[in-house]
Amino acid sequence: MSGPGRKASLHQLAYLLGPALTIILLLFGGGLLLGLFQALDFSSATGMKSITFDHFRTVFTDPDFAGSIALTLYISLTSTLLAALISVVLALTIAHWAANNRILNFILQIPLTVPHLVIAISFLLLLSPGGIFSRFFSFFGMITSPSTFPLLVNDDYGISILVVYVWKEIPFITFMLLSVLKNLGPELSEVGATLNGSRLQRFRYITLPIIGPSLGAACLIVFAFTFGAFEVPYLLGKTYPVSLPVWAYKNYSDIDLLARPEGIAIGLIIAAIITVSITLSQVLIQFARKRGVIL
Amino acid sequence: MRGKTLLLCVLVSVTLPFLPLMLWSVADKWYYPALFPQAFGTRAWFYVFTTAGSQILDGLFTSFGLALTTTAASLLLGVPAGRALGLYDFPGKKLTMLFLTLPIIVPPLSVSMGLHLWFIRLELAETFFGVVLIHLTFCLPYTIFVIRGVFSNYNPDFEAQARSLGASPLTVIFRVMFPVILPGIIVAALFSFLLSWSQYLSTLIIGGGKMLTLPILLFSLIGSGDRPVAGAVSLVFILPAFLALLGSAHYLGRTGLKGIR
Repeated sequence: MSGPGRKASLHQLAYLLGPALTIILLLFGGGLLLGLFQALDFSSATGMKSITFDHFRTVFTDPDFAGSIALTLYISLTSTLLAALISVVLALTIAHWAANNRILNFILQIPLTVPHLVIAISFLLLLSPGGIFSRFFSFFGMITSPSTFPLLVNDDYGISILVVYVWKEIPFITFMLLSVLKNLGPELSEVGATLNGSRLQRFRYITLPIIGPSLGAACLIVFAFTFGAFEVPYLLGKTYPVSLPVWAYKNYSDIDLLARPEGIAIGLIIAAIITVSITLSQVLIQFARKRGVIL
Repeated sequence: MRGKTLLLCVLVSVTLPFLPLMLWSVADKWYYPALFPQAFGTRAWFYVFTTAGSQILDGLFTSFGLALTTTAASLLLGVPAGRALGLYDFPGKKLTMLFLTLPIIVPPLSVSMGLHLWFIRLELAETFFGVVLIHLTFCLPYTIFVIRGVFSNYNPDFEAQARSLGASPLTVIFRVMFPVILPGIIVAALFSFLLSWSQYLSTLIIGGGKMLTLPILLFSLIGSGDRPVAGAVSLVFILPAFLALLGSAHYLGRTGLKGIR
């Protein structure tokens, strides 16, 4: 989707892009760079002469590092995958009448406006051992006390964290898919049916290539967000191991100010993992497309 | 018939999380294993509106002020940038686009921690303006992303016609360009508003506990374990965003909030 290819003078472009570029360069680029300086102990206190990888080394050699990174990857990959699967089914089911149904559109937009924090609180009230689901099963005599209700909050599998993310991200991915599907009539699928394509074949060779790019972009955004988000795993996660963002902030806000550069280092590692995995996935997709593995 | 069942399924899944918030906010006595509150009462709402009224009201004002200022700044900077990226071809366009939208995938946490020390030195930490700046870092890229999309379907020839008829540059902007891109501006504004409205960690790091926005108040309430009050404040917190959605439903129309987080 490139523009119509109009030309603008350099002067004009500087005028239009300059302010935004300055802000992002200063605040975003500057923030990451100054963070790196702090994590490397590169400061006027040491005469701007030496750097040390000690803080990064401390993080990498911490026995909790592997567990933390595994937990964070597990949460973000599982919630992205689950949300994507449900969204594809939902979007394909409602595509033909969602376009004209304002009520359905409106209902699906509600989760987009609700902050993650609020949804985390409400699922805490629903899924905790003394929560409403537990009361429901107890009411019908299926469990005898809160302690016999399966642990869904602060648990080993991060169930409530996944539930919150899936609930929040399904509408996001679904709307991304619907915007592609609404321009797509039933014609292509009918052609596929005429050629004796099974439902699965029609999905694989007609629908998937069409929704692919949007689905991929939506999944990347969801993955990046869930990998770097703090509130939900902080409220609903176990105390050990904690997800990377929670670990980063715990170090950063530690009374011991020496832990601060380590917190910043973890924050930079999070940013690096997200950027590298997204770049890698783009390269892999390009490669697969060239080899004809995906259309 | 199948459509009705599906609509019902979606409706139930979407509304389910609001149920515990509403029930708890009016519960006076609700002991395990009662399915519904044993006694209803207005204690939580009384607390929200009177006892903690000024604190909650301050929180609302701070959150609103931050979100509105951030949104205005995002639009002011993002509309020209989006126009440049959507309308014109120039060398390095892809790279510029990538750089300007990179903050969408990098978490606010990483950037806020790095900026904090710098903001303390510049006396921006713990100030309204400082928090606006950190919110802007993440709202501006979304605005640019949306506005760029609007301008890739925009025909600037109308502007040339208006100019040839003697319209001043300001008239061209407000009478020709603005009406055409208005739906995009509303989506971008909603984006920015919601993103700033729900920020927690970046506000905490840069605001240093001085900017008591609603998310920060809500977080401290969960710690205290008062479920009815947490439920009531949660509802206060989501109401403005919900009203914003209702108010803009007309403009959003069929495209909806696609791409919003």
